[in-house]
Amino acid sequence: MGEPKKSIADLKIGEKGIVCCFKDEEMSLKLLEMGCLPGSTVELSNKAPFGDPICIKVSGYNLSLRLEEAATVMLR
Amino acid sequence: MSIEKTKRLKVALLGNPNAGKSSLFNHLTGLNQKIGNFPGVTVDKRTGTTRISDNLQAEIIDLPGIYSLYPKSLDEQIVLDLLHNKKDESSPDLLLVVIDASTLKRNMLLFTQIRDLGFPVILVLNMLDLAEKRGIKIDPLKLEKQLNVPIVAINARTGAGIAELKAAIACPVHTPPESYYKPEPLASGIISEVKEIFSLDNDYQAILLAHQYDNIRGLPQKEREELARLVNKYSFDSKAFQSKETIARYDVITRILRETVDEKPVDDKELGSTKIDRVLTHKVFGYLLFFLVLLLLFQAIFAWASYPMDLIDGGIAWINGALKQNLPEGPFTDLLTDGLIAGLGGVLIFIPQIAILFAFISILEESGYMSRVMFLMDKLMRPFGMSGRSVVPLISGVACAVPAIMSTRSIENWKERLITIFVTPLMSCSARIPVFTILIALVVPEKDVLGFFNLQGIVLMGLYLLGFLSAILSGWVMNKILKNKQRSFFIMELPSYRIPRWKNVGFTIYEKVKTFVLEAGKVIVAISIVLWVLASYGPGDIETTAVSQVKQELPELAEATPEFENAVSGKKLELSYAGKFGHFIEPVIRPLGFDWKIGVALITSFAAREVFIGTMSTIYSVGDSGEDEATVKQRMKEEINPKTGGPMYTPALAFSLLVFYLFAMQCMSTLAVVYRETKGWTWPLLQLVYMTGLAYGLSFITFNIFS
Repeated sequence: MGEPKKSIADLKIGEKGIVCCFKDEEMSLKLLEMGCLPGSTVELSNKAPFGDPICIKVSGYNLSLRLEEAATVMLR
Repeated sequence: MSIEKTKRLKVALLGNPNAGKSSLFNHLTGLNQKIGNFPGVTVDKRTGTTRISDNLQAEIIDLPGIYSLYPKSLDEQIVLDLLHNKKDESSPDLLLVVIDASTLKRNMLLFTQIRDLGFPVILVLNMLDLAEKRGIKIDPLKLEKQLNVPIVAINARTGAGIAELKAAIACPVHTPPESYYKPEPLASGIISEVKEIFSLDNDYQAILLAHQYDNIRGLPQKEREELARLVNKYSFDSKAFQSKETIARYDVITRILRETVDEKPVDDKELGSTKIDRVLTHKVFGYLLFFLVLLLLFQAIFAWASYPMDLIDGGIAWINGALKQNLPEGPFTDLLTDGLIAGLGGVLIFIPQIAILFAFISILEESGYMSRVMFLMDKLMRPFGMSGRSVVPLISGVACAVPAIMSTRSIENWKERLITIFVTPLMSCSARIPVFTILIALVVPEKDVLGFFNLQGIVLMGLYLLGFLSAILSGWVMNKILKNKQRSFFIMELPSYRIPRWKNVGFTIYEKVKTFVLEAGKVIVAISIVLWVLASYGPGDIETTAVSQVKQELPELAEATPEFENAVSGKKLELSYAGKFGHFIEPVIRPLGFDWKIGVALITSFAAREVFIGTMSTIYSVGDSGEDEATVKQRMKEEINPKTGGPMYTPALAFSLLVFYLFAMQCMSTLAVVYRETKGWTWPLLQLVYMTGLAYGLSFITFNIFS
């Protein structure tokens, strides 16, 4: 498997992806405990005006995060 | 665990934010609740009592909502402080973990952590109806067997299942200490050493100490150093371990839930929330709606609140009048009426506005809309060193900075929180309104602009706008100056929309008003009394001096008439310590166009800004009826400037004074609360210097432009 290139920040509204890994340890700790785990499906459900922050659907609920934060979550 | 008749069971409520903890707490305790502080910190501690059975009482502690035992904000730290030491006296006997069944998996993380600490636990399963709507079918009996923990299903909205919960509290099942997650094989060295030193029998407790020794309050310095040494010795990588732990726990949870929960994907059924979100966070409708909500809030705070406020004002004046007539004249009566009761009135008058404000905020929070506001505003707030989370404190600041500053505790990032605390008092609070209205009425003609806009209203609105602009610009400057110690995150759950639970709204209002009256009230009443003393006494016998001076200067006034008495009390104030101080600072405030009389008002305004009116009426000898704004206004209008011979309150002076009241830090309660929240005098003093300096400079400019 090559280096993953796509992150949550690259998703379009309604598009789904599967989390593969995190680029930032500190961020990953917060996301992990919110149920955003490697292998789980995420869906971009909404974007705030100006495209940032974004809202993703993960493990059955809506989670908001900033674009720069979303860019550290790589998809496979 | 043995329960004797005399023993009160200590029960703590835990769970994710929005899991229904507060509703359950309200159901269990009703009005038997009180708000205190956790030792050493200012986070509100809600406790209440409930009767479990005939011979068992339980003290329920409501803890802040958390997602895991790794705290991120000040609020969340409390939970760990309370749980880390089971031998501590305040440590709870039983934990109720409230779980939102509709997001079961995420909620279970915290549950497994808490269970692994070794406390007796009851799992309280809430919102099963919502879960079912989302295709999550839970078999509580199977889950109970799997987890080996008593489970009670409740509906915190309706109160169903509370009786069963009480029964479960009455006969707790002792669970064998079988951990869901075993850290031991990975960190056996440090765990066994921590366990030995602290004589613990629980692995998870030991490893939490190694993770959190730097954050836990109440940990003796010696133990802290000891733990630091161990962490160093075993080169314990806290972050890597936390990450491993979370993943391992979710693995266990997934395995357990696979056997006990039937999850059918009901795709797009739940889209309701997402659909609403697309409208409510739309780049046009989203802001429009937020603007309308704000408009409604302002309308409520300024227009609707004025009726109960007038009632309170009238009531206090009536009580004071009645007391003065019926009590013997003397310093004691004066202290009671003009000092204590007037000070109390200054506190009570704000209750309607604070109640309305928190009714709004609580409804917006309960419905789930508030987190959408944060979502909407986050990007806009970032250049000013704040985040979406700063919006609530800034809005609250329009009513009163004290509760607004207290609400910043949920901001995780220290720099963001500090900036929010620092700039919130620049938002024009309701105590400034009486000052604004009287000064605007004095110099701005009451006429319509463009047909329907009232000119006075526009000036008032301009002042609010100016306050808001100065707040965010100050934030921008601070953002440039302050170094960021932590990274800022905006990882936040957007809860599903719900109809607010009115009972919770009611409790929030009650709680906030109570806190305000007790916390801010103490300061305001104390300062009012001090100011009364300063304004009533002076060097020597000021009473006799005042009478003889009035007789000399105004021989036409007959003794014992109201006019004579008013002139004497005005003269007395001039001779008092407060008056002396007004004269003393006059050279400093003269460049702003102020005289010593305004100087006295500036000083007394420290108790609360609206004291300005009362002081003015005393100075201008309007007398005791001087709470009547029209009289004070008339008198101020007639005041002649001895230097120019023209009216004293020129537009230049009035605008200068308006600007001064808008920017100056003239509020002891705010300084006191900032001191508490920042744990030191640095920030409140900086705030005092910054805001008062800003006020002085801008007033000076205003005065010179208009004169």
